[in-house]
Amino acid sequence: MRLVVRAAEVLDADRLIPITGAHVDSCLYHGEATLDFAGRLVAGGAQVSVPTTLNVGALDLLHPELWHGDLRTAERGRLLMERYRALGCRPTYTCAPYQLPEARPRLGEQVAWAESNAIVFCNAVLGARTNRYGDFTDIACAITGRVPDAGLHRTEARRARLVLRMAADLPAALFDDDAFYPVLGIVLGRRAGSVVATLDGLPANQSEDRLKAIGAAAASSGSVAMFHAVGSTPEAPTLAAALQDHDPDAIGEISFAELRHARDELTVAAEGASLRGVALGTPHASLTELTRILDLLASDRVAPGVELMVSTARDILDSAQAVGIADRLRGAGVSLLVDTCSYIAPVLRDGDGAVMTDSGKWAYYAPGNIGAAVVFGSTAECVASAVAGRVVRLPSAWDAA
Amino acid sequence: MTGVELRGRLLAPGAAAGRALVLDEPLSLWGGVDPATGRIVETRHPQHGVRITGTVLVLPRARGSSSSASVLAESVRAGTAPAAIVLGESDLILALGAAVAEELYGTRVPVLVLDPGRLALLRDGAAVRVEEDGSLLVD
Repeated sequence: MRLVVRAAEVLDADRLIPITGAHVDSCLYHGEATLDFAGRLVAGGAQVSVPTTLNVGALDLLHPELWHGDLRTAERGRLLMERYRALGCRPTYTCAPYQLPEARPRLGEQVAWAESNAIVFCNAVLGARTNRYGDFTDIACAITGRVPDAGLHRTEARRARLVLRMAADLPAALFDDDAFYPVLGIVLGRRAGSVVATLDGLPANQSEDRLKAIGAAAASSGSVAMFHAVGSTPEAPTLAAALQDHDPDAIGEISFAELRHARDELTVAAEGASLRGVALGTPHASLTELTRILDLLASDRVAPGVELMVSTARDILDSAQAVGIADRLRGAGVSLLVDTCSYIAPVLRDGDGAVMTDSGKWAYYAPGNIGAAVVFGSTAECVASAVAGRVVRLPSAWDAA
Repeated sequence: MTGVELRGRLLAPGAAAGRALVLDEPLSLWGGVDPATGRIVETRHPQHGVRITGTVLVLPRARGSSSSASVLAESVRAGTAPAAIVLGESDLILALGAAVAEELYGTRVPVLVLDPGRLALLRDGAAVRVEEDGSLLVD
């Protein structure tokens, strides 16, 4: 409770309000401090007071053989994941709790979520309300069942202050390219920083997977906790609704040149680098995305010497198993990783060569985290590359002059 | 500029002194700093490779991951933390990371917010002191 009250002071809140659920990121091991903190909570007999899901941990508990790092770190990581389970959290171990039907808060519901991509999805796509909670605060809110009445918990803070319009020079075909959405997210994060922005000019009714890709990238390049997309997100049926009938503080345009530059920057590997791996599923792949990867593979197999790893949630893997997708993916040479992510855990085989990804977030963090030389491409390019054993570029809307 | 006193708002209490390390761009501690060494590991950051340990870390705002609270607490435990953090925008994640570090290890890393106009007055390498009352002195 001391931490929640401290949070209220930092946020200038004058009262606490109840929450209906929480998503806790603190279960990812970042050194002994994280275990010391959880150990103190467990020793004190703490239990969460609201339904609480857990974010990814340091390792895949169901497939420990995928771990190539040192065993002590694996053990400490596992112990931390168990400590949060002991506090009463559900062992979901996913960065995409919103893909689990029973963990999706409804429009207007007050919750405390951590994990930057989940925070954005919760606010933007579900219309449920959370601030950008971090490690320690997340579990403190889950235990007390309270959050400070401030920031994005309040309607007025959710209105867009910045309008970002798609410029007229964007080729219409770009909107059909799945690589457009993470790149748009990178630009959104840079332009918006921590300001609530609304995207205007996208085709309406964007899928959750695309909105997920925008949000995850925006929360990597910026401190974005919420955005609107006119015609797609629930608090933005119209531009006026996103603005809550106020004037925006600023209006900007996103040009094709800016997007192309952002897309090119996501690739840090040298031109012509060999390919050692392909990492998909950041944030954790949905069942729809797993199905799409299988469709893209058609009857092909992953090339020898290349690893195609897809990260997902253990609950999604169960569903994929039930409909036969998981076995078919594995049969085509795909590794399926759960409970963690391939840019956090040492799971990709070492070796020379680049790792290709379709995720703006993965591309953003992997060079620093695991020293990977990243090539960014669309999901189709990633799968084609995994099959060919080298980086493959497909003709796309990005080629337009 | 010398002998100047700037007023800010303390998000995490404490007093500290050190050389200002003024970052040119926002930083996420998680994915951005290795708590084992205190160095900036984000390859895209203009100050990639610079060590933040013992500095008064000045940045326009924190960015990205909610794990930054854990990275701050771990860097306090490992002795690689900055002496203080000065931000141009309030940040709950770093404030609570500092609060937990104090609770667990008794070490304070004050987190101070200055308005961006004042933040811009701070020069890299200047000797600065953060005081308990939320003022920042440039020697």
